Parts: sequence; C-alpha cells; structure tokens
Amino acid sequence: MQQQYEAGRHPDLPPPLVERGAVKWVRDNFFSNATSIVLTAVAVYFLYKVVPPFVEWAFVDAVWDAHHRNECRAKGEGACWAVLRARIAQFTYGFYPAHLYWRVNTAFVLLFIALAPLLFEHVPGRRYLLWFSLAYPVLAFFLLWGGLGLEPVESAKFGGFLLTIVIGVTGIIGSLPLGILLALGRRSRLLIVHTISVAFIEFVRGVPLITLLFIASTLLNYFLPPGTYFDLLLRVLIMVTLFASAYLAEVIRGGLAGIPKGQFEAADSLGLGYWKSMRLVILPQALHISIPNIVNTFIGLYKDTTLVVIVGLADPLGISRATLADSKWQGLSTEIYIAIAVFFFVSCFAMSRYSLYLEKKLHTGH
Amino acid sequence: MSAQEKSMSVSDEMMIEMNGVHKWYGQFHVLKNINLTVKRGERIVICGPSGSGKSTLIRCINRLEEHQQGEIIVEGTELTGNLKHIEQIRREVGMVFQHFNLFPHLTVMENCTLAPIWVRHMPKQEAEELAMNYLRQVKIPEQAEKFPGQLSGGQQQRAAIARSLCMRPKVMLFDEPTSALDPEMIKEVLDIMIELARDGMTMICVTHEMGFAKTVANRVIFMDGGEIIEQNEPEEFFANPKNERTQLFLSQILQH
Amino acid sequence: MTGETTVFPNPLRWALGLWRDQKHRGTIIQIMALVALLLFIGIIIRNTAINLQALGLEIGYDFLTEPANYDINQHLIDYNSLSSHLRATVVGIINTALVSVCGIILATVIGLFAGILRLSKNWLVSRIMYAYVEFGRNVPVLLQILLFHALIIHTLPHPRASLSPMDGVFLSNRGFYVPQPVLEPAAWAILAALVIAVAAAWWFAGHAKRVQENTGRHYPVFTINLALIIGLPLLAFFLAGRPIGLDFPQLKGFNYQGGMVLRPEFTALWFALSFYAGAYIAELVRAGILAISRGQTEAAYSLGLRPNWTMRLVILPQAMRVMVPPLISQYLGLIKDSSLAIVIGYMDIVATIGGISLNQTGRALECMSITLFIYLGISLGVSTVMNWYNRRVALVGS
Ligand SMILES: Nc1ncnc2c1ncn2[C@@H]1O[C@H](COP(=O)(O)OP(=O)(O)O)[C@@H](O)[C@H]1O
Ligand SMILES: [Mg+2]
Repeated sequence: MQQQYEAGRHPDLPPPLVERGAVKWVRDNFFSNATSIVLTAVAVYFLYKVVPPFVEWAFVDAVWDAHHRNECRAKGEGACWAVLRARIAQFTYGFYPAHLYWRVNTAFVLLFIALAPLLFEHVPGRRYLLWFSLAYPVLAFFLLWGGLGLEPVESAKFGGFLLTIVIGVTGIIGSLPLGILLALGRRSRLLIVHTISVAFIEFVRGVPLITLLFIASTLLNYFLPPGTYFDLLLRVLIMVTLFASAYLAEVIRGGLAGIPKGQFEAADSLGLGYWKSMRLVILPQALHISIPNIVNTFIGLYKDTTLVVIVGLADPLGISRATLADSKWQGLSTEIYIAIAVFFFVSCFAMSRYSLYLEKKLHTGH
Repeated sequence: MSAQEKSMSVSDEMMIEMNGVHKWYGQFHVLKNINLTVKRGERIVICGPSGSGKSTLIRCINRLEEHQQGEIIVEGTELTGNLKHIEQIRREVGMVFQHFNLFPHLTVMENCTLAPIWVRHMPKQEAEELAMNYLRQVKIPEQAEKFPGQLSGGQQQRAAIARSLCMRPKVMLFDEPTSALDPEMIKEVLDIMIELARDGMTMICVTHEMGFAKTVANRVIFMDGGEIIEQNEPEEFFANPKNERTQLFLSQILQH
Repeated sequence: MTGETTVFPNPLRWALGLWRDQKHRGTIIQIMALVALLLFIGIIIRNTAINLQALGLEIGYDFLTEPANYDINQHLIDYNSLSSHLRATVVGIINTALVSVCGIILATVIGLFAGILRLSKNWLVSRIMYAYVEFGRNVPVLLQILLFHALIIHTLPHPRASLSPMDGVFLSNRGFYVPQPVLEPAAWAILAALVIAVAAAWWFAGHAKRVQENTGRHYPVFTINLALIIGLPLLAFFLAGRPIGLDFPQLKGFNYQGGMVLRPEFTALWFALSFYAGAYIAELVRAGILAISRGQTEAAYSLGLRPNWTMRLVILPQAMRVMVPPLISQYLGLIKDSSLAIVIGYMDIVATIGGISLNQTGRALECMSITLFIYLGISLGVSTVMNWYNRRVALVGS
C-alpha cells in the first residue's frame, strides 16, 4: 500500500527495482527491443570474430626480437614487430646524423614550450613566453638545419616523423599570415582584391594536394629565375604552405562571419581605420573563435604530410618503402603500416580531443 | 469570467485521472505520488518554482515522458507501453510548448495541415479550410503562407496553438506558453487562451500569469519538489494560501 | 576646404590627398594589386620561357596524339599500349570516375549506418561505431589505402587456394572474382519491364498523392512501388525464358578465366576511400540528426504522428538541409583523395596523364595543366550543384 505523507513531506524514494542498477542498464542498453537484441548479437559476433585473432596476431604470437623476417617467421606466427625495433631511429629521424639527434629532440621539446602559451590561457609567464613563441621558428630553423656555428644538415637527410612534424608545423605557421590576408581579401569590397583571393582559394581547394606536390617536384624550378635552385623539401614546404593557407583562409572567413556586425560598427565609430580596427578589434576575436577549426585544419594537414612520399621524400611512409625494399624485411607492410597508423591515430586523436575541448569552452562562453 | 460562467462548462465526465503517479529520472525522484483528476471542460493552472516537476507532470499526460508507478487514465484509456493507446491519446490531447516547436521547414498552413492529413487522413482541401478557420480564430489568417521564421514570437505561439487545435483535441496542455515571449506579445497569446476557455476547452496550463489564472481557472495547483502541495479555487488560493511554501512562492512572484 | 585654393597643387600633397580619401585609396590598392599580379605572372612566364629554351623544349599539346607506350590493366574502353596519350587520359578519367562513384555510394551507405548506429541506445553498438569513426578520421587516408592493399595482398591466399564465400565468388590476392552476367538477345524484355515498372511507379506515386489530397486515403506507396520495380522485371525474366546467364570464373593455370574481376588496387582504393569518408559522413549524419532539437520530435508526437512519419516528414527534411552541403564537400574530398591511387598503382587521372605520360614525354607543364584542369572542372561542377541546392532549400526567415 502507498504510505501517506503530509503535503510537502514526501521523501525521495529510490526507483522501483526494475528501474535500478545493472539490470536496468543492461536491459536499456542491450535488450530494449528486438532491433537492439539483433544488434547486440551482431556486435558480439563481430567482436568475437575480430578481436581474439587480432590480439593473438598482434600480441600473443608476436615476435619482438629478430634480425630479419625469416627469423621472425621461425619464432612465431604473429606480427613481426622486430622490424620496428630495427628501424626505429630511421622512422623517427630519417637519415639525420645520429650524433645530432639532440638538436632534433631539443627543437621538439621547445616546440611544446612555444605552443603552450598559444594553446592554454593559464600558463605562468604567458606574456614572456609569447615572445619565445614568436622567436621559435627562427630558433628551430637553426637547430634543425644548422648554421650559426652549428654543424649544417642538408634537407635530404630529414625523414621519418621528424619530417612529418617539420612539414606540418611549417605549413600551419607559414599559412597563418597568408590565410588571414586571403580571408580579408575575400571579404573585401575591392573587386580586384576580392577576385584574386577567391580565384586563389578556389583553385587550391579545387585540386588534390598531390597535384600541387607534383607541381613542386616537376614544375616549380621552371618558374624560378634561371640559376636558382630550391631543394625538394623547400619546394614542398612552399606548396604545403600555399595549400594550407587556402583552407585556413576559409576557416578564418568563418570566424570573421561569426563576429557580430556591432563590433565592426563599434570599431568604425571609434575612428579606427581598416587595418587598425582589424588588428585591434576584429581579428583577435575572429582568430579566437577560429582556434578549434585551425586545430582541425592542422590535423588535416598533419595527416596530409604522408603524401610527400609520392614525390620521394622520406617521411614515415618513405622510410617504410625503403624498409620493405630491404630483403631482410620484405613483406612486412601490414606491421609497418599498422604501427604508423597507431602513431597517427594517437597524435591526431589527442589533437582532436583538444579541439573539441576548445569548442566546448567557446560555447560555454569563457 | 464569473465563477458561475467558469463552472458552467464543467461536466462530470472524467477526462484525466492520475492516481499515485511516481516518476524517476534515473535515481532522481521527480514526481511523487501525484493524484489529480480533471473533468471535461475544467481548466487547471499549475504553478510552482522552477524544477518542481510541472513540465514533467503534464508531459506524462501525453506520454512524452514515461511514469514508473501509479496509473494515468486519459478519456478512459490507461497509458501503458501500448503504442496504439499512446497514439490514440496523443491524437486527443493537444500540447503547446514554451518554445513553440513549429516545424521551420513548413509554412504555417503546412504546419497546421500536417497532422490532419497524415493522422486523421483528411483530404487536403478540407484540412486547409479547417486550418484557415483556426488561423482566423487565433487572428493570423494572413500569415498562413509564411514560414515560422518570418513571424514574431507571439504570432508563432498563436500558430502553434492553431496547429494543435486542427487536431480538434479534447484537452489542451500548455507548458509555459508565454514565458519565452516579449512582454508586449504575452497578452495576444493569453487572449487567445481565454477565448479557448470560454469555448469550453478542457485545459491544463503551466503558467505564472496569475491574472490569467484568476480569470479562467477552476483550480490552481501549486507544485514543489515533485509534489502537489496545494490546490484550490483561484480566489481561495490567492487570498488564503494554506501551506507556507505556497505563501512564500506567491509572495515572491507577486512582488515582481 | 582651404587646400583647394592652392593654384599650383603640390603633387606629393595631391597624392597624399588621394590616399586619404577612402574611395580613391580603394582604387589605388586595387591598381597596385593588379599591377603586382600581372608582374608576378609576367615574371613566371618569362622565367619559364627562359628555362624551357635552355632545355630546348617547347610548349605544345601535339604529343597527346602520339602512342602512349604503356599498359593500363583496368580499362573500361578499348586501350592498348599503342593507343594515344589522349586515350590514356580518358581511361584515367573513367577510372577516377569509377572509383569515385563506387566510393561515394559505399561511403554514404557506411556513413548512414554508422551515424545512426552511433546514436543507438545500444551501448555496445554505439561504442563500436565510435571506435570506427575515430579510427577512420584520425588515420591518414593514404595509410588506409596502403593498409587495405597490404591486407588484400598479404592476407588473402593465392588464386589456387582462394576463399569462396559463395558459388562463383573467389577472393584471392590477385583480386575478387565474381560471375559476370551474360545478356542474351531476349534480355531486352527485362530492361523494358524495368522501364515500364519505373514509369508505373512514378505514375502511381503521383496518383497516390492526388488521391490523398482529394479523399485523405493513404496508399502504402513505398511498398507497392518497391514490389513493382522488383517484381515486374523478375516476371519478365522468367517469362522470356531466363535470358540472363552468368559466366562463372574458372581457375585456369595460375589465375581465373571468365567472370568479372575487381582488381586488388581497385578494391583497396574503393574500400579505403569509402571507409575514410564514411567515418566523416557518420559524424555529419549524427550531427544532422542531433541538430534537430528534441522539441521537433515532441511536437510531432504530441500531434499524434507516429515515429516513422515523424522521421520522414519532420526530422529528415530538416536534417537534410544541415547535412547535404557538408556531405557534398565530403564527396568532393573523396574524388580528390582518389588521386592517391597512384601509390598502389591504380591508373587514374594522376597516374596516367599526370604520372606515366608526364615521365615518358617529359612534358611536365602540359601534363600538369591538363590534370589540374580536369580536377578544377570537377570541383567547379560539384560546387555549382551545391550552390544551387543551398539556394533551393534555404530556410526562409531564420
Ligand atoms: N530528461 C531529464 N533527465 C533528467 N532530469 C530531468 C530531465 N528533465 C527534467 N529533469 C529534472 O527534473 C526536474 C523537474 O523538471 P521540470 O519538470 O522541467 O520542472 P519545471 O517544469 O517545474 O521547471 C528538474 O530538476 C530537472 O532538472
Ligand atoms: Mg518547465
């Protein structure tokens, strides 16, 4: 029987048994209706078919220690991860001289210090760190390529994930100013400026990156004054920067479109000129709301760096080509590709979480 | 409306019966032992602090929310998991939302004819004539071909009322229909609702418009913490609130 | 203004005056931009001319009619190594189109399923779809192409030991062999039946709508039309004495003869592109459905509309508006990504005219310009369609 309480004195009761705990959770999540039961069955069957064999192959039967493929096959049926152990230095640094690895490592650590004030608002000493961020590209250039008393290293020695990061980071940093200009140009009322911007943006976004890289590898030297020569990496960096700037321009244009009209009017009514109002009022806000999408663009660019293997640079896929061509490790492409995929997955997933976090923060208005 | 006028339309026929209804959101006990009967032609106003479960209560009546204990009977049909019964009840119970929930991709006319055509299987022309009648009743016949985004808030809410009426419901549920509106538009919506009341529509309104409650309600219900704390005729309710929580609530909203 | 009284205007001041005037400043910037652009183009043309002259090359597209001298293993139109570069380009375009169309269809199917299942209340299923979407989006598409290719080449058996999941279907590392339909003359009857069925379905849909508008009666249009479109050709098939036969692949020596083959390159590219784009599409579908506020469903329910009608009349039309524009850019992305075919040797546009033809003739400028031109044409076409669609469905008043 229902117990009677005085008005306003009814206590909070726990839900009835069927509505509680694991039973309810299992029922709601797996068996709420016929469709759900079927789905659960299919999912379980799929997992049963896929997960145990994969785990067996990748872990249980895997071989970590071997000097060549045949030794792997002799030791076990599973994955031959030994190839990664043998080539880990190349996958990381390419053909960078081993005694100079410290320079790459330093540049990598400094990258995070330079990024910290840009990505997080509450970093101690943010104001001073920002100056460091500004100086970082120059610093990194000398660290990586040498000069200023450091032993020079030529571009052809760059490879592996070092190359991935160099191309990705250069591309995004280089494309930021150009992307801003293009975005402003596209919004401009000046017909010629507008047309040039639109034509550039749409051209770059309309063709695959691989064709631009082919231009870099086959055509760019035709366009340069006779006698000048850019090495392949530099040409690729130029193209990647131009490529990224078109996509970034669209992102920033989206950010500009998100600025309320009142902000433009307020800036105008203060008598700030075009450039001042852009620099002081509009762009800081537009960039701020664009950061999540800028990060997303970077993720895309970072993944796209793998394409440079097609024009012959030694990014991780280039290294894997070389490794697979080596008779000692022939036929291990599945292992190598999975390892590279895991690397990309972890880094891209982390970055996309970060971008999601930024987006949430923006939406809650802090 | 006078007291006599108000009670005239009320018949003895039971429209809605809630007996010992309990509802939980997960572990959270949101409705506690709700007992409520509504007769045909009766008009009930529900008020209470935000989060007290008013919306949940009326949403249980057309099963937008599921209750876990007790029974809810609408027009003699008990609400259970039976989908046929749920559909049948939803056809007879109209609902007006705080945020209108008009379909933005359809014109006002199409909003109104959608359900008559697809649920009542009415010929298009007939549905349109019916819709036009109700649009006239809510005083926006000239907006029929516009899209919801082109109307003001007050017009949108009136269109939403017309949309509900096109199903010729026996009961109308209103969930704070005026609280998303600018002050100057509140009256135009309330006027429509008062007119509906005059026509004898059975209504349950969640609202804090006390003037409206005094004008049309047969009963005012005060909810707090998921319970019905107090219910009474509006004169009594406002003049002599018995429970101290009611008194506190009334003193707060009447100040403003 | 007092400055206007000056009889001999100082040219510097005059220029400064122009610069300070908003309208004139705009004009000046425009002229400067134009001059800079023309200068830039001019320099590039000059450099190129000098460089080409130094190499003894001349620009010209005559080479297109010369024999290509290379083989293409998948060609839907006649092609051999004596065919011209132009024909090789056309074969490349067809191959790009083939893998793009197949990819778009499969990606859409995958994306729709994954997106809807991701919203499922079934915990296990939605987790699996989440894992798929995150994997698909966070691994470079090039890597996925290579992975699929490696999986086909290395995990599937040789043709002699190939897997046969059903009669006449053989999966091996040389490709997927499936029966090929062989049409006998009487097959036209089936085609005719199909045409008639489609026309009848079209008419019936219109008729049902009129009936509904006039009397309110509803016909189960979808079911009836489906039965019509499947049933009528089937009927014709049997009446005409089964005029479609199947040519089954047969193992001859080291490979199969007869039947149809999906080559490993095509299959890997097709699956990888669909898998990759499908993950993005799944997110679009999910976002599209989530973007429709819960209030819309509730309003429809409270009018007495059933869940399936609510989906069809209220949710889908709105979700489509949100979904279609980004969906089309995904399709465009897929078409562009198909250019990565070259890494596994699928002969698309980039591999033919932009790759082997370029290397054999050394005509980089000509070959690249043709390649770019084709892709720009595709992009322009797709974005024109998208703009047209956007204008058509734009929500009025919000
Ligand atoms: N879908 C839901 N899930 C969990 N809690 C909910 C949900 N909807 C409402 N609640 C909670 O139930 C309580 C009552 O909500 P509601 O009926 O909307 O109150 P009112 O309409 O009186 O403001 C609130 O505390 C609210 O936070
Ligand atoms: Mg509420």
